Amino acid sequence: MEKSKKAMLLSLLFMGIGQFYNKQYIKGAIYALIEVITLIFGIPYFKKSIWGLVTLGEVKFHYVNGKAVFDHSLFLMLQGIIALLILAIIIIAYISNVYDAKKNANRMEYKKTTIHDVLDRNFPFIILAPAAVFVMFIVLFPIIFSILIAFTDFSGPYHLPPRALLNWVGLNNFKDLFKLEIWSGTFYGVFVWTVIWAILATVTTYFVGLFLALLINSNEVKFKKFWRSIIILPYAVPGFISLLVLRLMFSGPGPINDWLEAIGLQRVGWLTEPGPAKFVLVLVNMWLGAPYFMALMSSVLTNISKELYESADIDGATGVQKFRFITLPMVLYATAPLLITSFAFNFNNFNIIYFLADGGPVNPEYQYAGHTDILISWIYKLTLNQQQYHMASVVSIIIFIIIASISAYSFTQTRSFKEEDLIQ
Amino acid sequence: MMSAPKVVIPTKKNKISIGRILGKIVLYAMLITSSIVVLVPILWIIGSSLNPGDSLYTSTMFPKNPTFIHYKELFTKTDFPIWYKNTLKIAFANMILSVILTTSSSYVFSRFKFKGKKQGLITILVLQMFPSFLAMTALYVLLMQINLLNTHLGLILVYAGGQIPYNTWLIKGYFDSIPKSLDEAARVDGASNFTTFTKIILPLARPIIVFIALTNFIGPWMDFIFPTLILRTAEKKTLAMGLFAMVTGQTNTKFTTFAAGAILVAVPITLLFVYLQKHIIAGLSSGAVKG
Repeated sequence: MEKSKKAMLLSLLFMGIGQFYNKQYIKGAIYALIEVITLIFGIPYFKKSIWGLVTLGEVKFHYVNGKAVFDHSLFLMLQGIIALLILAIIIIAYISNVYDAKKNANRMEYKKTTIHDVLDRNFPFIILAPAAVFVMFIVLFPIIFSILIAFTDFSGPYHLPPRALLNWVGLNNFKDLFKLEIWSGTFYGVFVWTVIWAILATVTTYFVGLFLALLINSNEVKFKKFWRSIIILPYAVPGFISLLVLRLMFSGPGPINDWLEAIGLQRVGWLTEPGPAKFVLVLVNMWLGAPYFMALMSSVLTNISKELYESADIDGATGVQKFRFITLPMVLYATAPLLITSFAFNFNNFNIIYFLADGGPVNPEYQYAGHTDILISWIYKLTLNQQQYHMASVVSIIIFIIIASISAYSFTQTRSFKEEDLIQ
Repeated sequence: MMSAPKVVIPTKKNKISIGRILGKIVLYAMLITSSIVVLVPILWIIGSSLNPGDSLYTSTMFPKNPTFIHYKELFTKTDFPIWYKNTLKIAFANMILSVILTTSSSYVFSRFKFKGKKQGLITILVLQMFPSFLAMTALYVLLMQINLLNTHLGLILVYAGGQIPYNTWLIKGYFDSIPKSLDEAARVDGASNFTTFTKIILPLARPIIVFIALTNFIGPWMDFIFPTLILRTAEKKTLAMGLFAMVTGQTNTKFTTFAAGAILVAVPITLLFVYLQKHIIAGLSSGAVKG
């Protein structure tokens, strides 16, 4: 039998043996240790964890001699997910063990390797390990949990651990969201406003930003840096502070109403009536968001080659023509793709909705949502105020599908992604 | 149109026509109007912080008897200094940890080939777009199980971990634009991977590192939801939590004190931002689509 096949089979049989066969004793010992630990401690652990994940607990909450006894479905589910992640790591180690045995079986020379060499050779993995652990537990693990909740009955007031056990309910929550009147009415209403909001917010900030950039970068304007520093301020001031400030300004007794009254107009319930509240949201978002586009477009404008304008002058182009055929197309070409990213951002722009009016005013026809709530702020209310976790999870999945497809498309257009193609 | 860049051609005489002067007036009128719209909320909150009273009803933009009493009250009557210290600590630790984690992983993704690299990158990037409110429940239980609930360390770890996917893409894009021949030259001279990374790549990537450091430093000053969930006791609070409670709680009677606090938070961050404008715009456009 070929040497490499033999080493592979040995490692397949038990981690590390192939490495011993290849005379790589330290590496072999490490692999073998992983397998021994897994066999001794892992098997009972995985058995219990998977049982927890599948059943979500079997012991109902009750008292024995005055002491509470129960299975906590939520903990069982989380422990189950962690066990699956650890299992995945072990499987990866197992596969790498087999490949490693095969790769090193036919080594010709047995050069003495120093620790330094080993560290340098495994540099990518050593460096990636901490980031990978972080991503696994802080990004991946919570997301798996959030998705699984959509398939359970986790909700107040009757299905909250530890008082009650959770149950897997399949696709029932999805059916309820689309079919059950109380849920579907709210969902469609909020969804439509979310889309309208995202479009309005994106278009207004983009074009006001364009207008400001053209204004400041016009040749007639002196002290460009001064003007730019003023206009960029809303982008520089911490967002939650400006939002709280603007909320106070537009509130009933706030200064906006005082000023209206001073010029003889009526006070308006800016944040307490649906129409005005939506109007204020778009307005405030413009105040916050336009400077960002202004800054980006300014940098595009200053990078347009002067030669283009010079040759246009030679051809006798007027100022309007130069603007129409050089300036505008250059700026739009460079920044239009940002419209997509901006749409995705506004679709989930929780801060402005939450800080300005908290989704209000309340809409009595909606299930736990207000007139200006968008999907993401509705999820917030469902999760942190109303304990309707199951529905929050379903809506999260829907938002995720929308945003992920939009973003996946726009990311295939980025430099990062394109150059990746060149490497491979 | 007045906004088109004009090139002065030396042979022609620069005409001073009425139309041009009119255009200039309209231009400046619009600039000044925009500046006023931008500045009014800022001036209003500054004015409010100098008002003698406590409430929104009585305060005016230009108080007749300006006073600094609310700034003094912040330090004597509230936990403002503690919040400030906490936030500064969290922001600084998050900045350091995030920069280390993200630059190193971006370097690996930019310079090394391995199986499943591209798929892995995309999966992580797409997954982190999942709305995070339910994920907070999971993180809450996770932190509880490792005894990091109500600690700043728990908050820092979550911040630093959460930013990895997106920022790795951003920095990787920048690293990709640094010529590979530089690494190879170093390798020929016998440099290890680590030396190449710290001595060649990092110095060249300074603009994007400044950008990442800044955004990670500023993040904790703005975030309000997550700290509220995991920080329980008064002495652990952050600025955003403390200030938010001043104007939205049941007893929202500390309006002018809030104004003073808001200014003490906003001023340093705004100055930092304006000072580093160039890097920020560069960072934003490097993450954006290349035209």
